[in-house]
Amino acid sequence: MIEIPDFVPAIPELFILSMACIVLIADLYISDERRVITYLLSLATLVIAALLTINLHDTETVYTFSGTFIKDPMSDVLKLFVYLVSAVVFIYARGYLIERNLFKGEFYTLGLFGVLGMMIMISAHNFLSIYLGLELLSLSLYAMVALQRDSIHASEAAMKYFVLGAIASGLLLYGMSLLFGVTGTLDIKEFADALASKNLTGASQNGISQNGISQNIVLILGTVMVISGMAFKLGAVPFHMWVPDIYHGAPTAVTLYISSAPKIAAFAMIMRLLVDGLGGLHAQWQDILILMAILSMGIGNIIAIAQANIKRMLAYSTISHVGFIMLGILSGSKVGYSAAMFYAIVYAIMSAGGFGMVLLMSRAGFEADKLDDFKGLNERSSWYAFMMLILMFSMAGVPPTIGFYAKLSVIQSVVKADLVWLAVVAVIFSIIGAFYYLRIIKLMYFDKAEENAQITSTPDMRFILSLNSLAVLALGIFPANLMAICNAAISSLVLI
Amino acid sequence: MGIDVIIFYFFAAVLVFAAGMVVTVRNPVFAALFLVLAFFTSAAIWMLLEAEFLALTLILVYVGAVMVLFLFVVMMLDINLAVLKEGFARYLPAGIVVALLLIAQLAVIVGPEQFGLDKIASPAMHGTEYSNTKELGRVLYTEYLYPFEIASAILLVAIIAAIALTLRKRRVRDLMPPEKQVAVQRKDRVRLVKMESEKKKA
Repeated sequence: MIEIPDFVPAIPELFILSMACIVLIADLYISDERRVITYLLSLATLVIAALLTINLHDTETVYTFSGTFIKDPMSDVLKLFVYLVSAVVFIYARGYLIERNLFKGEFYTLGLFGVLGMMIMISAHNFLSIYLGLELLSLSLYAMVALQRDSIHASEAAMKYFVLGAIASGLLLYGMSLLFGVTGTLDIKEFADALASKNLTGASQNGISQNGISQNIVLILGTVMVISGMAFKLGAVPFHMWVPDIYHGAPTAVTLYISSAPKIAAFAMIMRLLVDGLGGLHAQWQDILILMAILSMGIGNIIAIAQANIKRMLAYSTISHVGFIMLGILSGSKVGYSAAMFYAIVYAIMSAGGFGMVLLMSRAGFEADKLDDFKGLNERSSWYAFMMLILMFSMAGVPPTIGFYAKLSVIQSVVKADLVWLAVVAVIFSIIGAFYYLRIIKLMYFDKAEENAQITSTPDMRFILSLNSLAVLALGIFPANLMAICNAAISSLVLI
Repeated sequence: MGIDVIIFYFFAAVLVFAAGMVVTVRNPVFAALFLVLAFFTSAAIWMLLEAEFLALTLILVYVGAVMVLFLFVVMMLDINLAVLKEGFARYLPAGIVVALLLIAQLAVIVGPEQFGLDKIASPAMHGTEYSNTKELGRVLYTEYLYPFEIASAILLVAIIAAIALTLRKRRVRDLMPPEKQVAVQRKDRVRLVKMESEKKKA
């Protein structure tokens, strides 16, 4: 007799899936003038899903669907932040979409399916579900980039994103198939057990065992392929070439979505795959991650200086922040993982605020995506100039903003892992990076405004954007709560 | 050497040949037909692995549906062969070097050294009462229920994306609706304006 799987841990996923379908159908019967109903429905979906997740929250780790699904404190916390950031994205996007005639149901349905993909990635406990969640997210993102059909830039960006993303998925899948070939299982826990029992990983330390080494080649190639696929999705150097082009070409509302919440899901994917699954090979992948982290921080921060377009600049800044997230993971300790989790969440919030400011400044027929468009913002609106000041300080890592604590905690974890030189490199690159963030502040406060158009936007967006920036400041003054949440989530992880 | 080994090598050889022809043949219709052959022979190899459901699905779905559609498209589109083949000879030496290197590297990693029969035993053969279809269905709807359902969500997103990106609403033209035109009254179009007659200044 086949037993029925336990559906209770997956109720938030089921709810989002059903609501995405309902919004899809309901949108058909809503006229263009009342499109706001679709928007409100999507927001309500996220709020109710958050309530469901909070209600189901438990310190226990639960597996269901034959071990392909995991619900643990880390997944609950990450999902809550995904809802939060996605809701903020939906709110910011509305005004921009209306002005560009893109305010259609598809943005919100695809957005909800993207949220579902992120949730599946966060709760995946099987190579298959990780891959499928990633594909669900990526397909939604490709389509969202292409939604602005009349824009050549958006179509080009969508095409690039799709082709490169397909190659990266292929790499990831090939790596997974090699790992499956070695161990004969796709389940992450069974995989980690198989690695430990075969003692493949110890081969390099206890002299050369013929079997160990020969098996290791396949394992290592599989690991390298999996890391390449993940690095592409994260946008880490040397798989970063797509990031500036897609961030630049996509409609800003979609760029905002791509750059914020998916980073949280990508962090979860790394945790499940590298730390849970391939934890036994930590010595091997640590070197790869060190190299990628240094290159990401270096290339991201240095090339960002040369950008005149703020979307491209923020894209390179994403690349450098990804380098910092990797620092936490490569340290290989629970302190490091929780620092990386903290960083990923904080980055998603900062990035939502940063692109939110670009959206705020834009209006019909004007994208506000040049650095010069921020000139003299202080004269036009000193409140928003102050908000942008907080966000830029936070991205640069200036105390007392939250970005400072994020950087501090990852660097601390690297020092604890006896990689002091790496910590020094990270600090040097973040100082180099401070230049281009501070340049925006200089443009806002010390340059003359080139135009004096009124800043218009929807009232909900203004309120949430102010809240977002102030949260970056407030969390920076009291970072202990968020840090404690991350620590609790990571310390309850079942690691082998 | 058993008969199944001979069958395997026969189909494998045809598969490699057909796959090679797909990329080298000049006429795209022939290329599509060679792809059909490649699918067919790989289906035969799956049959040898006792995966008859997958083998039949491959033929039905890929050969029967996808490739027919593909042939339609190839025949309908005016593909400029000269442009497609441009630079073929120029890139050939580099391409061959890269391909040979890749084959050598893959042979080291996934070759018999790692995946030989002494490392991983061949799967057990089953009798005639064994149904691959039944086994597949059993795990698909139990053990792999969750991935299966996610795949359905992915397909739904693909449908939404395809429709959202290609559907164009009928363009509104600047046409006068005939019923309005017929119902037009004189007062809608003509306005009489009373004016004082101008007098020339003497």
